[in-house]
Amino acid sequence: MTAISVRSISKSYQISEKSPGIKAALMHMFVRKTKNILAVNKLDFDIEEGEIVGFIGSNGAGKTTTLKMLCGLIHPSSGSINVAGHIPVLRQNSFLNKITLVMGQKQQLIWDLPPLDSLRVNAAVYGLSNREAKKRIEELSTMLELGNELYRPVRKLSLGQRMKSELLAALLHRPSILFLDEPTLGLDINSQIRVRKFLVEYNKKFGATILLTSHYMGDITSLCKRVLLINEGKLFHDGMLLELTEKLSPYRCVNIELTSPIPREQFIQLGNIVKYDQNLIELLIPRSELTNSLTTLLNNFPIKDLEVKDPPIEKLIGNLLEKGQINL
Amino acid sequence: MNKIIKTIYSFWSTSIAIEMEYRFNIIIEILSLSGNLIGSLFTLSLFYGPNTNLGGWSWPSSLVVLGIYTILDGFTISILQPNLSRIVRHVQNGTLDFVLLKPIYSQLWVSLRLFSPWGIPSVFVGMILILFGIYYNNLIINFQTIICFLTMLFSSLLILYSLWFLIASTSIWFVKVWNANEVLRSTLVAGRYPIYSYPSLLRRLFTFILPIAFLTTVPAEALLNISSPSWITASVFVSFSFLNITIWFWRYALRFYTSASS
Repeated sequence: MTAISVRSISKSYQISEKSPGIKAALMHMFVRKTKNILAVNKLDFDIEEGEIVGFIGSNGAGKTTTLKMLCGLIHPSSGSINVAGHIPVLRQNSFLNKITLVMGQKQQLIWDLPPLDSLRVNAAVYGLSNREAKKRIEELSTMLELGNELYRPVRKLSLGQRMKSELLAALLHRPSILFLDEPTLGLDINSQIRVRKFLVEYNKKFGATILLTSHYMGDITSLCKRVLLINEGKLFHDGMLLELTEKLSPYRCVNIELTSPIPREQFIQLGNIVKYDQNLIELLIPRSELTNSLTTLLNNFPIKDLEVKDPPIEKLIGNLLEKGQINL
Repeated sequence: MNKIIKTIYSFWSTSIAIEMEYRFNIIIEILSLSGNLIGSLFTLSLFYGPNTNLGGWSWPSSLVVLGIYTILDGFTISILQPNLSRIVRHVQNGTLDFVLLKPIYSQLWVSLRLFSPWGIPSVFVGMILILFGIYYNNLIINFQTIICFLTMLFSSLLILYSLWFLIASTSIWFVKVWNANEVLRSTLVAGRYPIYSYPSLLRRLFTFILPIAFLTTVPAEALLNISSPSWITASVFVSFSFLNITIWFWRYALRFYTSASS
């Protein structure tokens, strides 16, 4: 069953532009140059119940704007959205009980009090009885490996402990749809792994649908089979993560081990040399020339071992996010 | 209803817990509060002599007005100031997102999320001043007068809340509106004295433009048994109209909420 259905949504903002300096600031007081920014441009996708989908793109690509439209926080300029059978922007209580939004860079926990106090507030807001709230807190804190941390003021917790507590607060009402915006932002590698493990566990246990944005490719590769890649507000890819590799890289990576060294120049015509270290060579060969290049290599070079693989997806998407654009 | 009561209880108990977290702060707050109260009483003693008559209002009657003003000030310190100043921060930091995604009426959340206990002494002092006013006026208070007065006081609280809330809600567009609330607070100081002690022009301004008359003088008249039914009806009408305007205005403002960027 479809949990999230998005049809041709767009969102445009009007922003004012100002040049630096006092003169420009004075001018800006009286005459404002405004510009329309199309943050999201006709997105279309469906997400099935229980799926974990990665939502990736460079900074400013429109990921957070889309998530906020899916939550009902901002109105789309055009198009329609259906989340769990609801129109998000109406923000009916029955809808809000089914969803949650976790933002890695913002927190809802009360800074000066232990997380348990914030959980008590959330339990009351979601109409949970004390007994039910206690049961859920125990269950989720076990899954998140949270113990005494729940009794310490939030300001005294490490970033990892705080994020886990944020997750607990966001999931206390047991939502079936999770919108996670950079949930592992700033966490060390162990905390990242712990959070990922928890999300998989939560997804399996409660059949929750998860839409996740992250700049850490480890989050995407370890959690999501399917990814939505958005670029300048447009959907560039909607499909399996592996398919994206082919789309992003028209090359394949060939690792060669030689029995005796061969001069570097002889490899130049076969492809781009990524690594040349005596007997170990790594080449990037265009997919269209792969068969010919391999035949040449096997027939004319003293090959001990040869391996053909796709370039690592982390590297490909990492480069893409770093450059902030897609070049095909 | 049970959910709302439970929620407000959890809101306020966590707020008090936050205040208790900083033990030294409590001492500072108590000292500052005592200083404020002593200062107010000193100013009052300078202002009003036993035979002073302000706009036809005797000293004990003016004491009732001052008592009501002090109660409203306590309400401002305990509820309005902590909550409505926070709306601005919610908008600036984008944390209003969390409020809007909770299955509770967002206006209730932003208006009652915090409770500062430091307004309670003002409420008590206000009540004492009112009791003094009643005593020196030799008033006989019956049940009808009490109901009438409490209705008027409730109307005052609603009007005061509405004025603050309307200004705070504009932070959705203007973000930095806190100074406007400070201006409002300074203007409302005029409610410390009976409305009749002001010149005619100001009296009209404080009745028809800024409803200061309805905040303190009208409830005081109700207690002193000198109010007319038309003023009481007008006060209730004004307060509920203001409340409805805030409800409409908040919904309208949220349509323009774009949420802070990540």
